[in-house]
Amino acid sequence: MSGDAEGLQRSVWKCPGEASSQPDYLPSATLAALWFRAELLKRLRAFFDERGFLEVDTPILSADTVVDRHLAAFSTELPCGPGRPPRRLWLQTSPEFPMKRLLAAGAEAIYQVAHVFRRDEIGPLHNPEFTMVEWYRAGDGPEQGMQFLSDLCEAMLDRGPAERVSYREAFARHVGLDPLTVPTEALVARCRALRLAVPPGSAEDDRDTWLDFLLGECVQAHLGRPRPVIVYDYPASQAMLARVRADDPPVAERFELYVDGIELANGYHELLDAAELRRRNRSVNAQRRADGNAALPEGSRLLDAMEAGLPAAVGVALGFDRLVMLAFGATRLAEVLAFPMGRA
Amino acid sequence: MASYNTSEFRKGLKVQIDGDPYLMLECNFVKPGKGQALYKCRLRNLVRNTVLDRTWKSGDSLEAADVEEVEAQYLYRQADTFVFMDTNTYEQYELDKDLVDDAWKYLKEGMMCSIMLFNNQPIGMTPPNHVVLKVEYCEPGAKGNTATNVTKPAEVETGATIECPSFVNIGDMIRVDTRTGEYIERARE
Repeated sequence: MSGDAEGLQRSVWKCPGEASSQPDYLPSATLAALWFRAELLKRLRAFFDERGFLEVDTPILSADTVVDRHLAAFSTELPCGPGRPPRRLWLQTSPEFPMKRLLAAGAEAIYQVAHVFRRDEIGPLHNPEFTMVEWYRAGDGPEQGMQFLSDLCEAMLDRGPAERVSYREAFARHVGLDPLTVPTEALVARCRALRLAVPPGSAEDDRDTWLDFLLGECVQAHLGRPRPVIVYDYPASQAMLARVRADDPPVAERFELYVDGIELANGYHELLDAAELRRRNRSVNAQRRADGNAALPEGSRLLDAMEAGLPAAVGVALGFDRLVMLAFGATRLAEVLAFPMGRA
Repeated sequence: MASYNTSEFRKGLKVQIDGDPYLMLECNFVKPGKGQALYKCRLRNLVRNTVLDRTWKSGDSLEAADVEEVEAQYLYRQADTFVFMDTNTYEQYELDKDLVDDAWKYLKEGMMCSIMLFNNQPIGMTPPNHVVLKVEYCEPGAKGNTATNVTKPAEVETGATIECPSFVNIGDMIRVDTRTGEYIERARE
């Protein structure tokens, strides 16, 4: 991809912006990285276009926001004239709601390359504003959804198809405990036995926090090495907006793609039941309040669309900047972003 | 006392944990499994020089540590106490031999050193990287032997013993690296 003669000619800036000691009006990515990024985006669009997907463009600023325990959205106000209260609007953390509304309206296969925003997420692999590729295909189940993700990963990264491992197997292999059945005290005891640096003030009965912590400390670094891997069937308590399958024990039909220990994509066999989403929103808001965070509006136009009827579908969100970073052989997002937060 | 929120965490921050001052060596943001946002940090205890790995949740905060380094002149030793003076403020600092640790080997009266203060109390001392010391006693040098791979102990003016090449003689001035305790070269001073 970088062999293109024009690309080589234009592979340097007038002033190199690589080192952090450079003045911050300069980009942090090289021009070669931005050429590479643009090429990858073209290939990504071609991948969807060849498969009959419609590219859509939905609002970045919306009256609705996802009700999630650990996501913090930026918000702003829309003035509504003198004497009238302004409307609260949210910068999207993903284009999930409007894209599902398009599915409910009859769209069958849609994708979007969207800028999304998450407050408080900043680090070598996080930028508060980033580019997300999100797609939905009506009629797909988890198997087709994971196959599609694997095909896309293979086409973009050229590292072969993704392997598959259930959350349960991956956790058992690296932690030595069954994440679906083991008592929460055993998770806490394992963290202590491994002398992990547990964040102070972690509630002993907060099961998902201990699962996430052990996943991050003991499992994640092994995932997607040497080949990409899709982790599937998450604990039901981590379903987010995925369906829960009534196995024994029940599991969430959710999957994630990992490459080199880096989380690259998250997919759901989408929840269709509006009443269930209302229940989840209520319980998430209760957790948010217990965590000391503000509750989020539980009603949304997505709920209206689900009540009208959402077709069965799989939806996947993929971090495009991380994809470019991995394909380019970089180790920090700043190497593939023109202007990351410190230079925005 | 000022404090730092997780969003301000970065390399080089000086913070207090359980009453001790720490220097943040690394800070990494992680969010495993779409779960809680965590800051994984590595810190060095500035008193004990031990390394600590700790994790904080997004929104947590740490008290800032009032740590500063001052340039001070070594005045004299009295039993187990080493006395230094800030030549700008004339403030004197008394450091116990445990804080001075091995650095006593290089301390000559009048030498400028760096003293780390936590809440205005000394918690550590660093001599210059290179010091010149006079050899008070060593076995006679082998004439014409300029090889540096054969060493012998030499007692210097501070009372310390430094491994030197065999050609070094009594009365020579030698330059020593205080970080490694190793002989570097003969000095002219």
